[in-house]
Amino acid sequence: MISVKNLGRTTMAGALSAAMLSGPAFAEEVTWGAARDIFSMDPYSYGSSYTISFLNHVYEGLVRYNEDLEIEPALAVSWEITSPTTWRFELREDVTYHNGNPFTADDVIASLERVSAESSPLKGNLPAYKSATKVDDYTLDIELTGTYPLLLNDLTNIHIFDKEWLVEHNAEMPTDVAAGVEGHATFNANGTGPFKFVSRTPDVETILEVNEGWWDDPQHNITRIEFRPITSAATRVSALLSGEIDFTEAVPVQDIPRLESAANVDVLERTDLRTVMLGMNRRPELTNGEENPMNDLRVRQAMQMAINKDLIRDKVMRGKSRNAGTLVAPSIPGYDEALDAPIETNVEKAKALLEEAGYGDGFEFTFVCANADYVSEEQICQAIASMWSRIGLNPQLDIGPSAKQTPKQSNGEADVYTLGWATLPMLDTYSILAQVLHSKEGNFGVFNWGGWTNDKIDELTKAASVEMDREKRLAMETEALKVAREQIIMIPLHQQPMAWAAASDFEDFPQFPDNKPRFWYVTR
Amino acid sequence: MLAFIIKRTINAIFVMLSVTFLAFIIFQFVGDPVRQMLNEQATQAQRDALRDKLGLNDPFLVQFGKFVGNAVQGDFGVSFRNQQDVMTMIADRFPATFELVLVATFISIVVGMPLGVLTAIRRRSWYAESLQFVSIIGISLPSFVVGIGLILVFSVWLGWFPAFGRGDTVDIGWWSTGLLTSSGRMALFLPALSLSLFQITLVMRLVRAEMLEVLRADFIKFARARGIPARVVHFRHALRNTLMPVVTMTAMQFGGLIAFALVTETVFQWPGMGLLFIQAVTFVDVPIMAAYLCVVAFIFVFLNAVVDMTYAIIDPRLRGSEQ
Amino acid sequence: MANLEHRKPAAQPTRLQRFFDGDLWWSFKSHKAAVGAAIVLLVLIVTAFLAPVLSPQNPYDLSSLELWNAELPPVWIEGGRLPFLLGTDVQGRDIVSGILYGTRISIIIGIASVAVSLVVGILFGLIAGYFGGWVDNLLMRIGDVLLSIPIILVAILVSSIAQAFLPPHLREAGVAAVLVLSIAMYSWVQYARVVRAQTMVERRKEYVMASKLVGTPARRLMLKHILPNTMTPIFVTATLNFGLAILIEATLSFLGVGMPPNQPSLGTLIRIGNQYLFSGSWWIVLFPSLQLCLLVVAVNMLGDWLRDALNPKLR
Repeated sequence: MISVKNLGRTTMAGALSAAMLSGPAFAEEVTWGAARDIFSMDPYSYGSSYTISFLNHVYEGLVRYNEDLEIEPALAVSWEITSPTTWRFELREDVTYHNGNPFTADDVIASLERVSAESSPLKGNLPAYKSATKVDDYTLDIELTGTYPLLLNDLTNIHIFDKEWLVEHNAEMPTDVAAGVEGHATFNANGTGPFKFVSRTPDVETILEVNEGWWDDPQHNITRIEFRPITSAATRVSALLSGEIDFTEAVPVQDIPRLESAANVDVLERTDLRTVMLGMNRRPELTNGEENPMNDLRVRQAMQMAINKDLIRDKVMRGKSRNAGTLVAPSIPGYDEALDAPIETNVEKAKALLEEAGYGDGFEFTFVCANADYVSEEQICQAIASMWSRIGLNPQLDIGPSAKQTPKQSNGEADVYTLGWATLPMLDTYSILAQVLHSKEGNFGVFNWGGWTNDKIDELTKAASVEMDREKRLAMETEALKVAREQIIMIPLHQQPMAWAAASDFEDFPQFPDNKPRFWYVTR
Repeated sequence: MLAFIIKRTINAIFVMLSVTFLAFIIFQFVGDPVRQMLNEQATQAQRDALRDKLGLNDPFLVQFGKFVGNAVQGDFGVSFRNQQDVMTMIADRFPATFELVLVATFISIVVGMPLGVLTAIRRRSWYAESLQFVSIIGISLPSFVVGIGLILVFSVWLGWFPAFGRGDTVDIGWWSTGLLTSSGRMALFLPALSLSLFQITLVMRLVRAEMLEVLRADFIKFARARGIPARVVHFRHALRNTLMPVVTMTAMQFGGLIAFALVTETVFQWPGMGLLFIQAVTFVDVPIMAAYLCVVAFIFVFLNAVVDMTYAIIDPRLRGSEQ
Repeated sequence: MANLEHRKPAAQPTRLQRFFDGDLWWSFKSHKAAVGAAIVLLVLIVTAFLAPVLSPQNPYDLSSLELWNAELPPVWIEGGRLPFLLGTDVQGRDIVSGILYGTRISIIIGIASVAVSLVVGILFGLIAGYFGGWVDNLLMRIGDVLLSIPIILVAILVSSIAQAFLPPHLREAGVAAVLVLSIAMYSWVQYARVVRAQTMVERRKEYVMASKLVGTPARRLMLKHILPNTMTPIFVTATLNFGLAILIEATLSFLGVGMPPNQPSLGTLIRIGNQYLFSGSWWIVLFPSLQLCLLVVAVNMLGDWLRDALNPKLR
């Protein structure tokens, strides 16, 4: 057996020393075989939660999720609400950036301004922000546009940059793609997090190194992370089996048994928070210009009833998914077990409902799926298309890479489309209400791709957005989910399985239900 | 002579201009860059402003002129997805592809030439016949099927070679090479083999055909008549005369191989230009697609022109009198 | 009339008879590999076109796929069952049916792209050769440019771009046409060059000159002379290009820019099956791969023999 542990790009001298030290001495190094590359080293340049979660190793927010996904202090040590729209944060002292600069309130203000800039694709992640003022070096006030209960949840994923560094490299604003020049922050990073940025070659590798001067007591003993995107799942699995990579966060469900039986690999499994669902075009016309039958509740009921989720779970998802009756996972605040009751599968009844609605002969519509946004997405879509064709419908399946499909889905060029929603980073039902179920209006309904309007849901969402009493707010959110279930705004399918695999010599490798690897909790 | 070289150069430039035009068309019509660069919340005013800024409202020819001007300087803009300078990205990946193609070419010559000689001088033997037969299978097997098969056998079952990537690389200036480390050489073997398979059969068939032709020539008959041993006749006289066509074909195939490497690179996740291109296709990252097209076509056209000119310089009649 | 018909074959053998008496047929009969390849190819083509009759399932009819039958192994392995002779894939698609229909798509795309490029190539070759001048220059330069971009690139670019432009309701039907065009786009040049060269030779012949003097263009007469003279190289090239077209289509489908999963060609089946390489369901990828190899090997074997047989110099 050959050992190809140290895959990094090294200098001539580095290669020599690596050769001398080769062997099992680098046990704390991790080669992470990822399913896709991150977009940039700049967390504000792309609204991708995958990129942001990777960059969380380098950058940190004012607050963070702990191992139980509860919010705890990070760069802020405490906070209080001084007026309905003002939050005061006390910052941690003696924190330094990777380049040695001290962390102060100015950095936070510069970062908040940067993420809320007009050109920032991430400004929707901090919707209530109005302004920030420095009280002293370690105290600042954040002013909001109105009462807003979920500021801390939002702040978990707003990474704090070093102002001095931003100014020095002319990067106070997010990279402007139109300017046609590279932004410094796209290929460099200077955070406060547990790992330091070393180098990056897009699609090939991104290397991080432990930050010895981290302010927190490290629970991990990882010295180096080599992040290598391997888009082909089969290659990823074989690389794991041959020991070329130590970890992957995306094991295809069909390969779990093979990896479980391998002596050098452990599989970590749990159910993801992400609920996969189908959205339907609700404009007056279908994409082919015909009248839209999906505006008839009976048609939507029939479409929902035709889908045999048990069969998809057992055959496509290998028994690893959890059937969903509602649009959020059980651990998300706002979830109600009663709403999660299974939805009946009944082909005959579905046909009868179509008949009743006047579409006994079925109708043709486009069904747009990406091939890898969600676990086994391509197979799920094919299976559902086949189930629909059995009640007489004529779905025109359109499957392709997500860069091609997402524009079609979001621009109303799809009659039925897939959507997965994990309520990240907020971890609250409000997330799906505001971004998906609410009608398209300002910051609301950005992902309302079907173009529906439900007054009851809009009303409940807006009320919840300013309700500071948690119980009352959650009751409103549950009520909105109930309307969504009754009206079949979207068809919930399942919470998808999440399978990680790691070399078996890791001592501790916590797996989080938000499907984000956090190496600062890992020991080897 | 000079006239020919000038003519050939003008021809090459014309071809490159046309390819650039093609790349420009792609740039213009595939996916409105504005739609991809701005997120969905952008207003119409923002879109118009960006269109103006990018010069998309200029007359067609002006835009093309700008595009060619920039392309000549190696400026293809910034990748939509990675927000990095496209030419830098391609230059970063170039060594990986170049080494892969170089080693594949080397394998094809080292393996293909002896096989070609063998099948030519022993052409009625059973092994020559079966080699001819096998060579057809060689050009018929889809390279992705070969790649999958190699990974399955040598990486997964036997565990001899890595299944993906380049292994350790060493930087020499801006060139990163995998040839100087053992893991780099190990990683190179399977992809190079899978890429060379097609080329081996081409070399073999070419050498065979040329050998057969030469062996029929008068000077070989005279040499034989003079009692020169068969081995000397075959290798010193006959084989030497097949070298030129083999070198020519190898040079002309090199550009094609660079392009075809994208299939191999996809199967082995080899971090070269081809993988970059395929990923750009799935992400509709038009600047990379356009730049890759121009770069590969340039290599292709350049090699062809050089081969043609070399041929013109080494006048075939001169070679004739040498013999 | 009857008398004439009776007499004719005796005096002048029919084309078919001439063919069977000819060198080509003799060479074919004595070439075992060619005979083998021809038989294999014939079987593959016939079974592919009889796919609707032979296969237990129509893999394009979504309602015929039953998820209950997903991932059954071939019948000789425990768990396998009839009618799924070679097992099923993850959608419950019968592998035999998938292969038969997939082969049919591969063959149709191969034939269609050869046909399109033949027609275009011959037409452009004739035009370029007959008119000469700037028309000739333009057409041949376009050809040069196309040949200066490797075929795989042309095909990927054309098919991924064209697919983006297809309106939604044409997407299913249009993909195959797009593939045909993107392959044909490249290969017409070879035919055009052959035909052009021959046309130029013919144009200088006396009868053409003569008829020009009389004022009646000899176009028809020229066609009669040009086409037979170019038949041999064109036929050989077409056979080899047929194999190439099948390979290119399979490669595009494997890369994900070819046939979609609900209308799988052999390349698509291999791409899908490749995802199950490690999960133990080897039959999903193995059988389509074998079929594809068999098909291309048979075509190339025949093309290779044909080239040697029609070009005595190489023997």
